[in-house]
Amino acid sequence: MFEHADAVLLARIQFAFTVSFHFLFPAFTIGLASYLAVLNGLWLAGYGSVYRVLFDYWKKIFAIAFAMGVVSGIVMSYQFGTNWSVFSDKAGPVIGAPMAYEVLSAFFLEAGFLGIMLFGRERVGNGLHMLATATVAVGTLLSAFWIISVNSWMHTPAGYTIDAVTGQFLPESFWESIFNPSFPYRLVHTVIAAYLTTAFIVGGVGAWHLLRDRSAPNEAARRMFSMAMWMAAIVAPIQIFVGDLHGLNTLEHQPAKVMAMEGHYESHPDGAPLYLFGIPNDAEQRLDYAVGIPKLSSLILRHGWNEPLAGLDTVPDDEQPPVFIVFWSFRVMVGIGMLMLTVGIWSLYARWRGTLYENRALHRFAVAMTPSGLVAVLAGWITTEVGRQPYTIYGLLRTADSAAPLDAAAVGTSLVAFVIVYFAVFGAGTFYLLRLMSHAPRPMEELEGWDEVRGPIRTAGIAPGPAQPEAGGHRRPLPSGRERE
Amino acid sequence: MGLAVNLDLTVVWAFLIAFAVFAYVVLDGFDLGLGMLFAIAPEERDRDVMMNSVAPVWDGNETWLVLGGGGLFAAFPLAYALVMPALYAPIIAMLLALIFRGVAFEFRWRTVRWRGVWDLAFIAGSSMASFAQGVALGALLQGIEVDMATRSYAGGWFDWLTPFSVVTGVAVMAGYCLLGATWLVMKTEGDLQDRMRRIAWLAGLATLAFIGLVSAWTPFLQDGYYNRWFTGWGIGLAVLVAGAVLLVAWRMFHSLNVHRHEYRPFLQAIALFALCFVGLGICMWPYVVPVEVTIWDAAAPEKSQMFMLVGALVLVPLILAYTAYAYWTFRGKIDPEAGYH
Ligand code: HDD
Ligand code: HEM
Ligand code: HEM
Repeated sequence: MFEHADAVLLARIQFAFTVSFHFLFPAFTIGLASYLAVLNGLWLAGYGSVYRVLFDYWKKIFAIAFAMGVVSGIVMSYQFGTNWSVFSDKAGPVIGAPMAYEVLSAFFLEAGFLGIMLFGRERVGNGLHMLATATVAVGTLLSAFWIISVNSWMHTPAGYTIDAVTGQFLPESFWESIFNPSFPYRLVHTVIAAYLTTAFIVGGVGAWHLLRDRSAPNEAARRMFSMAMWMAAIVAPIQIFVGDLHGLNTLEHQPAKVMAMEGHYESHPDGAPLYLFGIPNDAEQRLDYAVGIPKLSSLILRHGWNEPLAGLDTVPDDEQPPVFIVFWSFRVMVGIGMLMLTVGIWSLYARWRGTLYENRALHRFAVAMTPSGLVAVLAGWITTEVGRQPYTIYGLLRTADSAAPLDAAAVGTSLVAFVIVYFAVFGAGTFYLLRLMSHAPRPMEELEGWDEVRGPIRTAGIAPGPAQPEAGGHRRPLPSGRERE
Repeated sequence: MGLAVNLDLTVVWAFLIAFAVFAYVVLDGFDLGLGMLFAIAPEERDRDVMMNSVAPVWDGNETWLVLGGGGLFAAFPLAYALVMPALYAPIIAMLLALIFRGVAFEFRWRTVRWRGVWDLAFIAGSSMASFAQGVALGALLQGIEVDMATRSYAGGWFDWLTPFSVVTGVAVMAGYCLLGATWLVMKTEGDLQDRMRRIAWLAGLATLAFIGLVSAWTPFLQDGYYNRWFTGWGIGLAVLVAGAVLLVAWRMFHSLNVHRHEYRPFLQAIALFALCFVGLGICMWPYVVPVEVTIWDAAAPEKSQMFMLVGALVLVPLILAYTAYAYWTFRGKIDPEAGYH
């Protein structure tokens, strides 16, 4: 079945497939972990039981998304060896260490405190439970720090020498390789992306419940919608600004990628246009049906109308990334960024008019935007990674030279297995997530007495509560009873 | 090369990774064993209790696997690059199985109609992962063909599959069942506990038989193994390890059925695993890819190992401390009523 296929291509498809799936979960859980810490903190600080309702509501959703993130992440950490063994041997001395730090400082932290966050409130008390919740959030951010550092090093390698005999990359300065030139931009942009992804999911769910049940006071739905809209209004513009800086940094270090993003096949000595539309044609090296605004690209990238910009005609054919994918994925991301900004501004206007909770058009728009963060994040990664081709370590190690000495049959079979399992398992998980989200948060009236911080919390939450007698043998009422449908 | 150890960074890292693998085997071992035992505990109420006993800790347990793999990648990149393609099929099978096992923890509480399906995924995923890990162990032990000129794996795609690796696969399944059953003896009460005691007894016997079989077989896989165990000091060492295994096993059966102890069988099962692990270490030393690549051949440069060691020395004790705290938090018996409030 795979005799005629190219093993490297199959390995690339497999990596792209598994990592894209994986990243969907962290993109959501990084933001959600922080959101949960904020909700729990607000509840403890006495801002009202609505925050506790929201905490319990999103906690269940978090648990499922997190579990899927973990199992898909473990696949990733072994993929480097199984499918990219040459890359692993060569780059291991430099990027192995930050990846080990990720495990030691982030994964254990998340995993160690996750249990207490999900199941332990009654056992450790609200104070330690808050600490555990915050620790999980910090763990997700640390995880992003290390893995983005590694990924950025592959784009802008620094702080290494190359061993003449083995061809391995050897560390010269870990400081320089960790804080490599593109790392700060990529980290900030990605973490903000995760926050926006979460904000639009939370906002979309809030809007959905506002639309569905207009008669009830819907306090919880209002609150989540409002919080999410603040996030959109404040953070979407920041993201666009950071994205611009990120692009300028890329122009400096990976000009061919920016040429592909912009669709600039030919050089423009006196001002390059910003193409809004076009069909990249690699064979002819030109952008068909191009629609563009003259000179705008030079203004954005070089801050001058008539600044020259080189095009792909200055790059040898075998050093060019595939333009079509990069060009269009970039436009999808930027387009979504603009839509997010629109939602943010609109929500500010509605808030000012006092119609934030009544404006049905805004709510419908927010519902439609629910998955937009996930789409933008994938589009962004595809831009980044495909734009790096044909290299895995930019300028130094080609993708074709990174792969494990595998038979196409072996990679092809495992690829098919991954595709089937991922769609089945994560499809089911997504269904459960959506079903949880479609239930309205518990109405407030059920929560008499919750405002006292030490109040009864017996009906709380998620868990198959591991109910166990205290050391003295006394049994406390326990949280439990996951929803059974 | 004898058993003399020069204490250099590479050796330190070899021990650290061995520790991570051992921690994984014991911790996820009892989770996976418990998953297999789901098959013989068809009652929903028992299953809820079983799952509740590990729900708060399984993620942390599995993280040791990431440290084992990630540590190998970082400290011995060449070994990682040689072993992973060589064990391609069992590793991929394990990863897929762990997906089913892992999501079952969350999914089975989210549906009534499909609960049985996720229970099945839990059982099958746990069994498959255990078997694949055992196969990987056997395949590593029997040796991997390597081309050091190109620094790559030189064998075929089914080299891992031999009668020996199948036996180690089943052996690991039996051992994990023992860990799972003794864990449940510790965490449950009443009828379920009684049943687990009986199963622990059976799994213990099976484990012991497999330890005997694998130990008798291994020396004949490679001359180096044979010489290590059956010449000079090796003989004494072999007798010592075998004696210790028998002693621990005898204590374990005793506390299981005579003293009817609650937590001791679990600790004794862990001790049994520790002894096997020591035996394995004696056998493989100083190779990381038997019998081609030593730990020094595969080592990352000193600078990388040093940089990581600093972090590991600070972070590993911390990890152990908060992991212990998490276990302490969820100590005690599982309340069978808990799932029904
Ligand atoms: C919610 C998600 C999201 C949104 C709304 C945006 N981005 Fe983005 N973008 C990402 C999420 C993302 C990402 C997934 O996080 C990427 C992939 C890798 C990376 O560094 O960040 C990314 C990559 C990425 C790159 C590639 C950099 C490189 O690797 O060389 C550029 C130039 C931009 N972004 C620029 C923008 C601009 C100008 C935006 C304004 C509308 C924008 N992004 C919105
Ligand atoms: C999590 C978000 C990520 C996404 C969505 C993503 C996406 C992709 C895609 C689409 C490709 C295929 C490119 C092509 O050949 O057409 C790819 C390749 C690759 N990426 Fe990423 N990537 C992500 C993160 C990372 C990280 C964090 C690393 C490294 C630590 C990484 C390392 C690689 C490697 C080694 C390849 C294979 C070689 C190649 O084909 O370029 N990626 N990725
Ligand atoms: C190819 C690159 C990647 C590898 C090898 C990888 C590896 C892993 C592993 C092994 C886990 C499970 C940890 C556990 O057992 O608890 C995991 C989870 C996680 N990863 Fe990745 N990962 C990659 C890409 C990314 C990226 C790009 C990000 C974020 C920017 C990220 C963020 C996380 C987070 C936050 C978790 C915790 C679980 C979750 O929230 O879903 N990972 N990853």
